[in-house]
Amino acid sequence: MSQIPKTLRYSKTHEWVRKEDDHYTVGITDHAQNMLGDLVYIELPDIESHLESGQECAVVESVKAAADIYCPLAGEVIEINEAIIDNPQLINEDPYGQGWLFRIKPFENTNIELLTAAQYTQQVASEAH
Amino acid sequence: MLIFEHSKKNRVAKAQIPATVITKTNIPSNFLRKQKPLLPEVSELEAVRHYTRLSQKNFSIDTHFYPLGSCTMKYNPRGINRMSQFHGFLNHHPLSLDENSQGFMICAYELQEIIKAVTGMHAVSLTPMAGAQGELAGVAMIRAYHKSRGDHERNEILVPDAAHGTNPASAVQCGFKVREIPSNAEGNVDLEALKKVVGPQTAGIMLTNPSTLGVFDRNIQAIAKTVHEAGGLLYYDGANLNAILGKARPGDMGFDIIHLNLHKTFATPHGGGGPGCGPVAASARLAPFLPIPMVTKVGDAYQWLTEKECPQTIGRLSAFMGNAGIILRAYMYARLLGREGLRRVAEYATLNANYLLARLKAAGFTLAYPTRLASHEFIITLKPQAKTLNITALDVAKRLLDYGFHSPTMYFPLLVPECLLIEPTETESKETLDAFADTLIKILKEAETQPELLKNAPHTLPVRRLDEVKAVRELDVVYQEPIEVY
Amino acid sequence: MPFIPHTEDDVKAMLAASHAATIEDLFAEIPKELREVDLSTIPSGISEMELSRLMHDRAKKNNSLSCFIGAGAYEHHIPGAVWDIATRGEWMTAYTPYQPEASQGSLQLMYEYQTMMASLMGLEVSNASLYDGASALAEAILMAMRLCQTKNTLTILLPQTIHPHYRAVVHAIVGQHDANIIEISYDKKTGRITLQNLAPLAENASILVIPQPNFFGILEEAEELTAWAKQKNIMVIGVVNPLAMALLKPPGEWGADIACGEGQPLGIPLSCGGPYYGFLCCQEKYIRQMPGRIVGRTVDTQGKKGFVLTLQAREQHIRRAKATSNICTNQGLMVTASTIFMSILGPQGLRKVAETSHQGALTLHQMLTQVPGVESVFTAPFFHEFVIRLPQSAESVLKKLAQKHIQGGFSLNSTYPELRECISVCVTETKTEQDMEMYVKDLRKILSC
Repeated sequence: MSQIPKTLRYSKTHEWVRKEDDHYTVGITDHAQNMLGDLVYIELPDIESHLESGQECAVVESVKAAADIYCPLAGEVIEINEAIIDNPQLINEDPYGQGWLFRIKPFENTNIELLTAAQYTQQVASEAH
Repeated sequence: MLIFEHSKKNRVAKAQIPATVITKTNIPSNFLRKQKPLLPEVSELEAVRHYTRLSQKNFSIDTHFYPLGSCTMKYNPRGINRMSQFHGFLNHHPLSLDENSQGFMICAYELQEIIKAVTGMHAVSLTPMAGAQGELAGVAMIRAYHKSRGDHERNEILVPDAAHGTNPASAVQCGFKVREIPSNAEGNVDLEALKKVVGPQTAGIMLTNPSTLGVFDRNIQAIAKTVHEAGGLLYYDGANLNAILGKARPGDMGFDIIHLNLHKTFATPHGGGGPGCGPVAASARLAPFLPIPMVTKVGDAYQWLTEKECPQTIGRLSAFMGNAGIILRAYMYARLLGREGLRRVAEYATLNANYLLARLKAAGFTLAYPTRLASHEFIITLKPQAKTLNITALDVAKRLLDYGFHSPTMYFPLLVPECLLIEPTETESKETLDAFADTLIKILKEAETQPELLKNAPHTLPVRRLDEVKAVRELDVVYQEPIEVY
Repeated sequence: MPFIPHTEDDVKAMLAASHAATIEDLFAEIPKELREVDLSTIPSGISEMELSRLMHDRAKKNNSLSCFIGAGAYEHHIPGAVWDIATRGEWMTAYTPYQPEASQGSLQLMYEYQTMMASLMGLEVSNASLYDGASALAEAILMAMRLCQTKNTLTILLPQTIHPHYRAVVHAIVGQHDANIIEISYDKKTGRITLQNLAPLAENASILVIPQPNFFGILEEAEELTAWAKQKNIMVIGVVNPLAMALLKPPGEWGADIACGEGQPLGIPLSCGGPYYGFLCCQEKYIRQMPGRIVGRTVDTQGKKGFVLTLQAREQHIRRAKATSNICTNQGLMVTASTIFMSILGPQGLRKVAETSHQGALTLHQMLTQVPGVESVFTAPFFHEFVIRLPQSAESVLKKLAQKHIQGGFSLNSTYPELRECISVCVTETKTEQDMEMYVKDLRKILSC
């Protein structure tokens, strides 16, 4: 069973989002890293890049799959997690902690629509047909 | 050991090196290389021994049953290989004068005609060097066709979610956007979903029929009508032609452009990953865009059609005219079989697939499409076993290797979880199929009582399971030795 | 029925198990109207014996004469061992190594090939082959375009000293993308690319392709051109003859980023134009953008060394629409033969073949330009091919030479119309002094008529 912390919010495309003071931290969920397998390579967005909600902004690669990461909310990238570039396995080991991908500051008037832990849990269960 | 590890400095294969004394050169010294290349320095016997022994570590059609779905691993006829090496073919320069090349050109021309007949199409180009290059040609032709009619809005290619990865990759290589359409529970394209997405932006749709799900899409004529009415074209991926060769023709189904995989359907050798040959066949309206060169007949003489004769061609895809030696082999195969033999290919490939399906069904395996007949291949899913026995399709595939069978295609198509796509081909006997079925049954029994036999398989091959993660994380793609300077 | 092992009893039993009365029943799901197929234009099958006679006949019509044509395909001696081993069933009828444990032969061979080719190019990594030299060049350019990472339309400098068919393929394949391909003319005296011709067109250029030797056989000043390009932040692709690289400075030593070309000279027979193979090598930092298969070395669960396909996430079967290329099948068997060839010849053997070919070309060039009316065209040094101008129609001379069983060269009239009545002539180690004397003697006869 994958971990789905109640304190976080989620996107339909398996990203998690944590609200910080004036920005949000984004990563991929335990379910996602489990499906992908051992991660071997990460491509992160550039700092200062402006992203829209749902825009493809990063790529994670395992031996048998490559997955696009979709930005969960519109804003500007203010920080990326350098540590995972050389050690992608941090995402597998600690997806909600050390395996974070990037931090994003939302634009004014950005609409933020995310799933609750309960809703995401339901989605994962239904995908498992 | 690597060949380099057998090397000894200054060891040479004397018999193979020109004995000429070098007395003159015109090359200034600053054009000469400074670093000695890392090539083996071994005797001829050492090289022969090394590569002979290496070959013995391979599975191959000549040594093992190879039911790889979608790959058509049928017998590669030895006589054909011999004949393709006749001096007149083997040592012939591609830029020889036409009048000195008639022997090859007759064969190429006749193969073009045979392909026209089996596909029901108007014109053929043999130049693409693999299925993927054939797809590239076909998609480029679709693009050129719409452009020639001033139809610049068509920027989307439709691809079923079950499609082979080369389909969307080829479409993107030609500047198209790709939109996936879903398959339904019967394994057919969801016609209603298709009707919703076609429109003025549709350049075409890429289909395989029978599909990658191993079943014939009965709606094909309705699909063709829908796409054509929206102004789009139909592209046929011929990877599964072995299922319908001589029994049905893609041209009759409404396809505008087709590629074949001669290294599948026409039994040319797989070579460890090529060379292949992916000819394209076109309807009359797409024929002007075919890649060059092609062979034409003028009176009794055979000539090359080039940019001059085909001003609307999408151009050249190779330096010469594609994989000529493969074209020769495919031609010979078609002549050996003749029209009756070509038809029998599909009949017996389908018989073998359905028989194997029946045996596995009777043994309790789960078919992905239980209401459908098999085409030349079919899919079983090991999802139930994955749940109850905690084994995966991968585990079963690896254990098959221990029993001397190459595994079927795993995890493709992506739609079916824990799947094995099985294609026996027509050249396998009933005994081989029975042995394969019996082995699968045996392996499933092992899974119940000794699962570690599967989980740690293979046990009997030169290596055990390999660390593919390490292969990416610690990239080691060349052997390294200190570089010597000349 | 060729290659179908079923007896009548087999068919009966199999139909029974499949709950079908006849084989036709198994095709019931195909609409009836689609099953009316007329194959009458296809001849009936023949036996292997009859086919052998037919093919002997056809092979004879394919006259193989003494060959002095190069132009992208080269006749070299291939040791008998090479194809004897390469056509073993375990090499020839193996498949793509998707089950690595069952393909350690192919995978190890490809690793050894990657090592040899990368080293021959003076670069760090290689892939396991592409279709041929021309399409390899197209893929190299697409790769460089991806590495340039800009949203603007990229400008690619493509010298006219590159093989005309290679340029045509680049236009056909790269032309499907948003790219600005500029062809650079050559110096009419030397036969080379010059900075003079290059510099004015280099504004905003991102990629430069340098052939070595070029299509005329001439040695380009590759190091100077590369240094100039690097100064301007232009990516450099070398498209080269790999046999020549056993002797000449390879792209890695020029400072180039990517090397590609046609592997045919290394152990592949002329065979009417294919199958050959394309090679692609680059600096290690670019490896993720390299198309095609790549083999890596790793260990198994017991710590034993083994080989696998690696970096597969770049490829079509995983990345699908976002793949670096659509390539799937490549030229595995040709690489097998080439690797065995390179192992038997070794660095000294290859170098000797190159030196001998060069020396032969010098000899024939001297002999031919002494025939009245025959002119040397370019002044720069050549490798094993050169261009001469004939005093009569090139087509007519070549035709008459062919009647005397000599293929004298390749006419440049259709591809370089500005070089009237010129032919490109190639000499390899396969030509003896007597072969060359025969050529010269026959040419004299023809020209004196």
